Amino acid sequence: MASVALDRRTLIAGSGAVLAGGVSALLLPARAEGLAATPSMSGGSNNYIKGAPIVERIGKGGFWMSGTVRRAGDGAPLAGQRIQIWAHTVEGQEHEKHSHGATVTDKNGAFRLEMPQIIPIFGQPHGHLAYDSGDFKTVFLRPVMRSPKETKLEAHFVLDKA
Amino acid sequence: MRPARAAAIWAVLTAAIGVPMALAAASDLLAWCGPLYILAGFAGIAALGLVLVQPLLIGGYLPGLSSYRGRRMHRWIGGALALAVVVHVAGLWITSPPDMIDALTYTSPTPFSPFGVTAMWAIFAVAVLAFFRRRLGLRAWRTIHMALAAVIVVGGVVHAMLVEGTMETISKAALCALAAVAATKVMADRLRRGTPRADGNVRQ
Repeated sequence: MASVALDRRTLIAGSGAVLAGGVSALLLPARAEGLAATPSMSGGSNNYIKGAPIVERIGKGGFWMSGTVRRAGDGAPLAGQRIQIWAHTVEGQEHEKHSHGATVTDKNGAFRLEMPQIIPIFGQPHGHLAYDSGDFKTVFLRPVMRSPKETKLEAHFVLDKA
Repeated sequence: MRPARAAAIWAVLTAAIGVPMALAAASDLLAWCGPLYILAGFAGIAALGLVLVQPLLIGGYLPGLSSYRGRRMHRWIGGALALAVVVHVAGLWITSPPDMIDALTYTSPTPFSPFGVTAMWAIFAVAVLAFFRRRLGLRAWRTIHMALAAVIVVGGVVHAMLVEGTMETISKAALCALAAVAATKVMADRLRRGTPRADGNVRQ
């Protein structure tokens, strides 16, 4: 039964990727100046609470949220950037304070924060991430897991000067 | 109709709605959800079940129900469907207002939301127009209702299939398929028959 769900997701994700690829190719002519900034995703800022503390781990952990932060244009990795993460997990709902936490990128611009297992809510297993420190333009991301059984999720930021 | 066949039809209908309900009630996800979110989810599943019942009632496919009783029940169940949708939307709104507002304004990132919201408006439209059906005239009412019913079934089925939640995939797909087939059959029959029946369809 799980394979049916997986196949459906893969199909949807696949057709979405084809569509997105086709559309963005039409809308965005190749830009010589390099890497474009990541736009905020729709619904990305839902249940955002400003200023979550930097933590070792959110709750009891068991699930890994990771990603990278780079600068628009030259794509240089950005170290020391604070990324805030929240989701509906086995330990709480999105709007609850203890579901929120933040981490900081390393010298390679990578971040990784352990958090409780994300579960599907509002029809999709998804997480929320924010860059909101002000040096660059604020970006909210809302990545979706390919399957609710996955125990990790990635999101990548390319930030533009504020 | 032979009693065995009548019993089989009722058994299939009961299973088509009861099995997905029971499997959803056994979902692991419920442990991590609040009571209001769970209520909202089950209101949505109930609404999907009622979308299957509606064409069966109006098409006269349910054994033991006279065509008069079938039509009367169709109206009450229509009201119940609208109410289930209100509970579904209200419960989700209270659980996470920004997500519900995104859905209602057609700005949600989730691909299933516009289908559900469109079906919701079609359900509300039928519910309101039903009060004016005599003034609209039988022919106009039938045409409008059938068009909106098509929107409700397609919107509701696509919405349900794309949602990843407490419902188990196979039983959900079976319920959706039955609802789509039942609605298509009733609509095809009505369109083929052309003019409305002269048996008091709207008088009563």
